[in-house]
Amino acid sequence: MAFLSRFDRPYEAQRPPVHPLIIDKISLNFGGVRALNEISLRVDPGQIFAIIGPNGAGKTSLLNCINALYRPQMGHIMYGDVDLVKVPPHRLPRLGVARAFQNIELFSHMSVLDNLMLGRHIYMKKNLLQALFYWGAGQREEIEHRRFVEYVIDLLEIQSIRKATVGSLAYGLQKRVELGRALSLNPTLILLDEPMAGMNTEEKEDMARYILDIREEWGITVVLIEHDMGVVMDISDQIAVLEFGRLIAVGKPEEVRSNPEVIRAYLGQEYS
Amino acid sequence: MATQSGIYHQTYESDMQLRPTTAQRVRMVLVIAFVLVLPLLVSQNEVRIVNKVMIAAIGAIGLNILVGYTGQISLGQGAFLAVGAYGCGLLMVYFQVPWGLALMAGALITAVVGGLFGLPSLRLKGLYLAVATLAAQQIVEWIIIRWDPIDGTIDGKATDALRIPSNFLFGNSAWRLNDNEYAFYYFVFVVLAIVVIGSVNLFRTHYGRAFIAIRDQDIAAEVMGVNLFYYKVLAFAVSSFLVGLAGGLTTIHSTAISFERFTIDVSIAYLAMIIVGGLGSISGAIYGAIFIEILPEILRSIGQALVQNRLVSDQVFVTVLPFVQQGTFGLLIILMLIVEPEGIRKLWSNIKDYFRLWPFSY
Ligand SMILES: Nc1ncnc2c1ncn2[C@@H]1O[C@H](COP(=O)(O)OP(=O)(O)O)[C@@H](O)[C@H]1O
Ligand SMILES: [Mg+2]
Repeated sequence: MAFLSRFDRPYEAQRPPVHPLIIDKISLNFGGVRALNEISLRVDPGQIFAIIGPNGAGKTSLLNCINALYRPQMGHIMYGDVDLVKVPPHRLPRLGVARAFQNIELFSHMSVLDNLMLGRHIYMKKNLLQALFYWGAGQREEIEHRRFVEYVIDLLEIQSIRKATVGSLAYGLQKRVELGRALSLNPTLILLDEPMAGMNTEEKEDMARYILDIREEWGITVVLIEHDMGVVMDISDQIAVLEFGRLIAVGKPEEVRSNPEVIRAYLGQEYS
Repeated sequence: MATQSGIYHQTYESDMQLRPTTAQRVRMVLVIAFVLVLPLLVSQNEVRIVNKVMIAAIGAIGLNILVGYTGQISLGQGAFLAVGAYGCGLLMVYFQVPWGLALMAGALITAVVGGLFGLPSLRLKGLYLAVATLAAQQIVEWIIIRWDPIDGTIDGKATDALRIPSNFLFGNSAWRLNDNEYAFYYFVFVVLAIVVIGSVNLFRTHYGRAFIAIRDQDIAAEVMGVNLFYYKVLAFAVSSFLVGLAGGLTTIHSTAISFERFTIDVSIAYLAMIIVGGLGSISGAIYGAIFIEILPEILRSIGQALVQNRLVSDQVFVTVLPFVQQGTFGLLIILMLIVEPEGIRKLWSNIKDYFRLWPFSY
């Protein structure tokens, strides 16, 4: 796979520019509940950036803010010169931001192929009449994007389930398909919410390898939430620790591991 | 589910073909041959029923695009049929627009009206949206009943019906579409074929995928770059275009139209078609249209046969039979859904799978 990509790198075409992600003092309230409290973070291009913390700490909410699904009451999230707090969610893929959800949110009645093809949606330009007639321009465009999707399918080693209906697949495979759908956007920043949850060790290793591969080859920035400390310490460049909506630490894995407040709040029980 | 093996695709083009095998091509040719000779084999009245089925199939495909594929429930089918029917009819009656043009214009008007009534879909989902589309149904019905220019006059007396001028296929008076069932048959078949091909194509492209994605997971679709507002309204417009086309075809196929053909009962009958036939399927919409349109006719002819053979008296026929027919109709729908909740389309593919593996079925 890696050797093939040297000759054929479809992801290098049509890519929006890579930017640092700058989260500037965002606060998010749900009624009286403060889910995020003045969070500031900087994620550099090409980093694997992990967010950890106990359940209910606000990790998913933070990704939802970056994704423009939640609107923080205060603060800004800059990606390039765009404030993500002010754009509608469907604009984000065009800015290069992709997302895979914690509870798989695939299009369960569609095939794997169609789920990934939906990731190419924003690049498709044919008009309705060309779609209704299909043959000619419409078909050419579909095939062009099919090539990209097949590249992703090879990368994630899901060739054999291409035509399978997503809803019928095992959990681990669905997680992989969801990563594939996000990659099909050809993003510069990918947000992964617990991509390895519920997987066995072998599946986790595969997933970790894919994440490292795409960062290496595609140069994608990865922000991920993960509970498996072994994996997080292994693959992350930076780790941010959340507790009750507050950022209690951020730094390299070894710094976070030895931070007394982190040990107290979170790692203490599971990782000492 | 069984899949056909032994077919390997060398190119994406061939993998994305609709009818990849020779057997399927042969079947296509047989179907077309059957369609061409069918009118020669059956009575004018039977052709009339087939024509009604084909119009209903176009309307049901339209509704299925909205409800089955995009997941937006609509109770406004009757209203949208009416907009197409009256749009087409009024253009012909008051502006002498040629029927072909009036038909297309009626469908386009319905697309716009459908798109407008689709606007609430951004805020409303499921049953709430259904209630909003019910408003469309009520408003349109009210307008048709109350607005005078729509009530035509026949022999100087005001009526509830709009009288439709003659429409001739090929400009030839032998081919009067209003009541020459054979002429209308060939015409509506071509229209249905175009609608089927266009709809199938639609779901091979990013438009159709966006519709299905909205149905399956709207938030995820949005996060993948699908503009929900645009695509929901587009689904309403595309769906309504076909429904309006079906309405216009009803007009072309009539000497007069009136509001009774476009009531809430009609909306519900169409929902029954796509549910019984198979939600989110083009062929399902066609199967459903056949089932819902033909079953009452069969029940009626069974009733007539009973009377002719003096198994029941005329008196019983007149008073009881309609209830028996309605009851049987409802019962068969329920039975159908118990046997295969995913509809006739699924039932049919189960049967095909069974025989593909026969005699080694398990
Ligand atoms: N849509 C929402 N409405 C109300 N409260 C929410 C919503 N989303 C998250 N919360 C609350 O915000 C807090 C953080 O939740 P979440 O971000 O899901 O945590 P994590 O992903 O770290 O487990 C929790 O208290 C949760 O109940
Ligand atoms: Mg979470």
